[in-house]
Amino acid sequence: MSRLAATFKNLKQLNRTALIPFISAGDPYPEFTVPLMHGMVDAGVNVIELGVPFSDPMADGPIIQRASERALSHHVSLTKVLAMASEFRQTNQTTPLVLMGYLNPIEIMGYQIFADKAQQAGIDGVLTVDLPPEEAEECTAILKASNIDPIFLLAPNSHEDRVKKMNVIGSGYLYYVSLKGVTGAGHLNVTEVEKKLAMIRNNTSLPIGVGFGVKEASIAKEIAKVADAVVVGSALISKIEANLDNPNQAKQEIIILLTAMRKAMDS
Amino acid sequence: MTKKYTMPDGQGHFGTYGGLFVAETLIEPLKELNTAYQHYLDDPDFIAELDADLQHYVGRPSPLYHAEHWSKALGGAQIYLKREDLNHTGAHKINNTVGQALLAKRMGKTRIIAETGAGQHGVATATVAARLGLECVVYMGAVDIKRQALNVYRMKLLGATVIPVESGSKTLKDALNEALRDWVTHVDNTFYIIGTVAGPHPYPAMVRDFQTIIGREAKQQCLQQAGRLPNALVACVGGGSNAIGLFHPFIDESSVKLFGVEAAGDGIETGRHSAPLCAGRPGVLHGNRTYLMTDDDGEIIETHSISAGLDYPGVGPEHAWLKDLGRAKYVSITDTEALEGFYALTRMEGIIPALESSHAMAYTLKLAPTMTKDEIIIVNLSGRGDKDMHTMAIREGIKI
Repeated sequence: MSRLAATFKNLKQLNRTALIPFISAGDPYPEFTVPLMHGMVDAGVNVIELGVPFSDPMADGPIIQRASERALSHHVSLTKVLAMASEFRQTNQTTPLVLMGYLNPIEIMGYQIFADKAQQAGIDGVLTVDLPPEEAEECTAILKASNIDPIFLLAPNSHEDRVKKMNVIGSGYLYYVSLKGVTGAGHLNVTEVEKKLAMIRNNTSLPIGVGFGVKEASIAKEIAKVADAVVVGSALISKIEANLDNPNQAKQEIIILLTAMRKAMDS
Repeated sequence: MTKKYTMPDGQGHFGTYGGLFVAETLIEPLKELNTAYQHYLDDPDFIAELDADLQHYVGRPSPLYHAEHWSKALGGAQIYLKREDLNHTGAHKINNTVGQALLAKRMGKTRIIAETGAGQHGVATATVAARLGLECVVYMGAVDIKRQALNVYRMKLLGATVIPVESGSKTLKDALNEALRDWVTHVDNTFYIIGTVAGPHPYPAMVRDFQTIIGREAKQQCLQQAGRLPNALVACVGGGSNAIGLFHPFIDESSVKLFGVEAAGDGIETGRHSAPLCAGRPGVLHGNRTYLMTDDDGEIIETHSISAGLDYPGVGPEHAWLKDLGRAKYVSITDTEALEGFYALTRMEGIIPALESSHAMAYTLKLAPTMTKDEIIIVNLSGRGDKDMHTMAIREGIKI
């Protein structure tokens, strides 16, 4: 069983919801990332989404755009992100790692080479924002052959047929983007999310994560009631941005927010 | 004649190029757009409205002008200019914006967004939005806003909101990123008018179809004026909409050579250029697979060209396909050479071309003398140079 499947199975038995932080790898500088990953695990997160910086992050709002730019200013490439994952795996063999990013770095590396390297680095899932099921057949087949889960996004305007398609082509979990917009924008509407999740669940048995707009512990708690995983990204990265002169403070604030979310979700 | 060339396929693929590489939120709006477009393409009422607008509002057909003085001076092929510079708003861009705006209206959208590089597409979009009473927002890189101040002012006069894009390289690609972000946020009431034959399906095919009026007219005019088909076509390629508009109706005519001219900037060897077909490699950006300027890590490389309209790291996927097929040949022209083209046309024919179109003129300077006097080149004069007077004056050290 894959690390992702095992994680979700365990949580289900415990009747708990996964907490998934998203951070941009290499933000604000490369050495910051791996210790932060360990710290987040200690704070009670279950899966880590590691953002691969890209020069043209079309689906991201200003907070993650700037995080990407900070990482790229240190030349943090896909290869370097994989090296960070390997480093993390030296002391943690249980927490699933999901790479999240855009297709071009993977295209340029080549699907097969990428899958091999990602497997060696201990990557469990890959979420490629601009690779919808329509174009994903070749890439997902190669990833699955390397025991890596291809994870797909669902949006508020995704119809039933999309969920059915992703149920077949995707694995690990499905990521429901709670609002029409870019990352870090607005607040999500829990009632709307609940309605949509009912439709999604009718068409898949995969775990469902919900993200975009999860800013504080109270929202995480509400989402945890209906989803299998709560994803938080921009709210964490804004802590880094607010403390660029004091990265330790940023790390502390991230841990505090995640701890509060964990507590709220479990209560 | 039966049409042999039928690209793209139903999913928007030109061979391995093109396609639909977008985030999930855009899948549904793109499918809605494609359905509407396919429907109206066959709707006589829509086509009649489009044709009437092209004739009475844009001023079509644009002339095919035999540049006799210039042809004689070069001593080779007869050069004919397709005068897209004479269109309303001064470039070929309006052919597409008129079409897409009519589509937006029929789809019940109330808000129009666009990206722009040189500002020609932004002006053409603001123009049709004003006429149809639609709200218009144009994204433009902060660097381009500085070098195309005149077009920024035109857009504002026309009632558009121009939003400076400060991310990345602050040029056309970043404006496109920002327009995509706007669209994803306002998909319900917003129509995104992409200005070139790039982007996700159906844009490359749809923008091409609206631009093929250039080639269809040129073909007919050439037959009328010269009694035969041309031997070669020349057009500049940034995203590639004016080039594909001219080329497409000639693709099945194997005797007609197609030359696309990319911007070599400071020179291909310097790395400071905008020539993905000549010096890039296939990758995925802005919704489609195509030739790109990308480094070994898959990050997009900053581009350079004297002309803002060619300053783009990608190119329409159909050009990528035509290149691999060998049907079209892609060459490049440096900033310095483009200026020679600019001055040549200005002095020889009394026509001041846009800096983008000057790249096509510069290649014609090289190509025409290698051909015989009874051969014909049609060059796409895609836009007029008024917008570049400021840039040119600065280069010449003149204060206007």
